[in-house]
Amino acid sequence: MGRIVALTGNDAVGTAMKQINPDVVAAFPITPQTELMHKFAEFHADGDVDTEFVLVESEHSAMSACVGAAAAGARTMTATSAQGLALMWEILYVAASCRLPIVMPVVNRALNAPLNIHCDHSDTMGARDCGWIQIYSENTQEAYDNVIQGVPIGEREDVLLPVMVTLDGFILSHTLERVELLDEGQVGGVTGEYRQAHSLLDTEHPVTYGPVDLPDYYFEHKRQQVLAMERAKESIVEVGRAFGELTGREYGLFESYWLDDAEVGMVALGSTAGTAKEAVDRLRAEGKRVGLLKLRVFRPFPYEELAEVLGGLKVVGVFDRAISFGAYGGALFSEVRSALFGVEGGPEVVNYMYGLGGRNISVEQIAGVFEQLGRIVETGRVEQMIRYLGVRE
Amino acid sequence: MSKQKGWKEIPIGGVIVEAGNAEGYETGSWRTYRPVIDYEKCIHCLQCWIYCPDSAVLVEGGKHVGFDLEHCKGCGICAAECPPKVRAIEMVLESEFAQKEEVLEISNSKFQIPN
Repeated sequence: MGRIVALTGNDAVGTAMKQINPDVVAAFPITPQTELMHKFAEFHADGDVDTEFVLVESEHSAMSACVGAAAAGARTMTATSAQGLALMWEILYVAASCRLPIVMPVVNRALNAPLNIHCDHSDTMGARDCGWIQIYSENTQEAYDNVIQGVPIGEREDVLLPVMVTLDGFILSHTLERVELLDEGQVGGVTGEYRQAHSLLDTEHPVTYGPVDLPDYYFEHKRQQVLAMERAKESIVEVGRAFGELTGREYGLFESYWLDDAEVGMVALGSTAGTAKEAVDRLRAEGKRVGLLKLRVFRPFPYEELAEVLGGLKVVGVFDRAISFGAYGGALFSEVRSALFGVEGGPEVVNYMYGLGGRNISVEQIAGVFEQLGRIVETGRVEQMIRYLGVRE
Repeated sequence: MSKQKGWKEIPIGGVIVEAGNAEGYETGSWRTYRPVIDYEKCIHCLQCWIYCPDSAVLVEGGKHVGFDLEHCKGCGICAAECPPKVRAIEMVLESEFAQKEEVLEISNSKFQIPN
């Protein structure tokens, strides 16, 4: 068993970065990510890492510096939140399209306006289609573990995609939790060596990154990214299994919690899954057949695997912590419902928008949702497909 | 026309692994005006060769011998830089050539992406 300490989410992820010891980190501070980079800067100042630490003037520059470093073959990391991620937007696509396996913790925070520094998933949900792998964390231990696993997941030769690892702003980033740390040697064993095939600095074999790609070949390169995302699924499962052998904490594409004999299920991302587990425990104690699917990997979306687990349920409630304005429900809802469409006798799927701008979600609220979902089972009728949980009327 | 490669056959990420292969990409088809030189007037000062942004002025033995029409985009810098007393280069609409002579066959099909 590793060393057990009490750390905030930011400190734990900063520690993971120290143990990964990346070649290059380029970053700009933004709440609630700031302390994460403070922590890493401390390690850097103390000489605990060999990292070239690049302090830039914006997140657009941070991601641009990361792209340059990664193209040169460096193991590269950064971290951000909300507006910072939004400012990176253009370069997020460049990183993914150039197939650079940068690892970036994102401390989830609501997007302005009005100005809000607290947790929701509108930042990373907005970036869901830019070609990055997205891994969500339920608690600080998972955030720590996921960041370390992000390195080999993205660097696998047939994947080569950047990886976002998310943790809920303040709820995880600023809360002390029990964390079991790996030692440096173990982390090195998980991450391994990274040797990039085509380095920008290899003057013996000069290459060009990001050239013009007109209608005759652009589509082919996008098709390659689709395959890489499919392969990422295998990479995530393999790395998660090996991590389990090492630590006893095995990771997959999602976690099934009391779903085997459940009639009513819930799907959630991030820390809300922890709250939901408590609600499920209470209802199970009363003999209610309820369960939870905690989605860990949103990109690549594990639609086949998810349909297999949820297909036999009667009703599924999907929790979205971000609104896709004008869309038919949240992004997670759309994906889950789409995955279950065509499953014969499949469940009714309904949507709950919740927790925007850090609005708290309680065990009681989730238990109440399970009650509502139970009524759909009884009546066979969905009265309202999309609900807003916890908003004042 | 040579066959274009499929998505499984090309390097990932749009990375170009063969240095200098832009030469294989024929940009001459973008041209609206074609430079035409009058060797009766040309003094072979090679100002046009210096200024050409596409290295499309062909020189042999210190003399201007023609234009590389597979890469000349017709920007007209050569004609503008030709000394005022010489004025040996004239920019002529491509459509006039199309009427007079065989259309210059330029396509992107020769562009080969390396393995």
